[in-house]
Amino acid sequence: MSIKKPVEHIAKATPPSIARRVRGLSDRAIAWLFVGPSIVLLLAVNIFPLIWTINLSFTNFKANRLRDAEYIGLRNYERILTDADTWQSMQATAHFLFWTIFFQVLIGFALAYLINKKFKGNDLWTTIIVLPMMLSPAVVGNFWTFLYQPQIGLFNYVVQFFTGVEASSFSMIGSVTLAPWAIVIVDTWMWTPFVMLICLAGLRSIPDSIYEAAECDRASKWRQFWTLTVPMVLPFLMLAVLFRGIENFKMFDLVVQLTGGGPGSTTLLTSIDLKREAFEKWRTGYASAYAVILFVTVFGLASIYVKALNKVKER
Amino acid sequence: MRGFIKGLLRRRRGAWEMLATILIALGVFMLMQPFWMVAFTYSFVVTLTGTVMFIIVSHFPE
Repeated sequence: MSIKKPVEHIAKATPPSIARRVRGLSDRAIAWLFVGPSIVLLLAVNIFPLIWTINLSFTNFKANRLRDAEYIGLRNYERILTDADTWQSMQATAHFLFWTIFFQVLIGFALAYLINKKFKGNDLWTTIIVLPMMLSPAVVGNFWTFLYQPQIGLFNYVVQFFTGVEASSFSMIGSVTLAPWAIVIVDTWMWTPFVMLICLAGLRSIPDSIYEAAECDRASKWRQFWTLTVPMVLPFLMLAVLFRGIENFKMFDLVVQLTGGGPGSTTLLTSIDLKREAFEKWRTGYASAYAVILFVTVFGLASIYVKALNKVKER
Repeated sequence: MRGFIKGLLRRRRGAWEMLATILIALGVFMLMQPFWMVAFTYSFVVTLTGTVMFIIVSHFPE
């Protein structure tokens, strides 16, 4: 009785005119009523800023100055695409993107393959392996800075143990040649578990009966791996590459914490360069053009990648 | 090759999508390659052309 009372109270409190109006709506109208807020939110949060950024990219607007922006046509694009420093940061991003994805796919798939074998402590190992992914990039960047210290860092001592190179003789984040690899190692350490989890989902979706049938046909383990396991996990693997590719193209926090884009500009990824242009030099128009270039690149790549993924799924 | 050109002329989706894909891949390669500054300069135009083409031709008949 006590539960019914508030319901009855609300029913009575609803103005009859509104109730009548809602009752008279078609299914399509009610559907729009539900979807409408999401569409408005999407337009306000995604579409409007995108259009505004494209608009700003044709101006010399500076966010720290109150004077009106002037339209300067394609000059921002021209400056970016003829700038040697921007070209350099594109190359740094390409290096980072290629090697992180390469190692993450390789190690992630290998780990998933091992974890998929049923053994004692399987779940415990999965949890331990997944731990780095749960940490904040700022925390990871901070403690890897300590691990990379030439005097006290554990990483240098591990390298010394295996190679015999003096621990204090090299600095991973201070060297022009080693710094690009230092950020690749940390990102691989942090995000390989993500690729592993996706691959594991793929491996567990393969029914045992397929392997049993292959064994009846006397297919070797090697052949089973290449003709059954790899093709069936491929869509999952491609999905992981898509996610990691887009994420690493925008990589910012981890690298800023580790190297800050240095030494020099060897680890200055495009996202860090973009942030400097927008919020340190306050060249908002220029930074908008930069953002549009990156957006078109990621969008184009994602489009062809999704097409390839659909083709693999159809097979 | 002849089939590909025929597909382009008949406005078949597959052939045009292939062309758009090649343009996007070429544009991204031009953007990130370390060899030739001129290629970097024209990379955005190539990628943008490919991306816009991809969006348009994905509405063509199969």
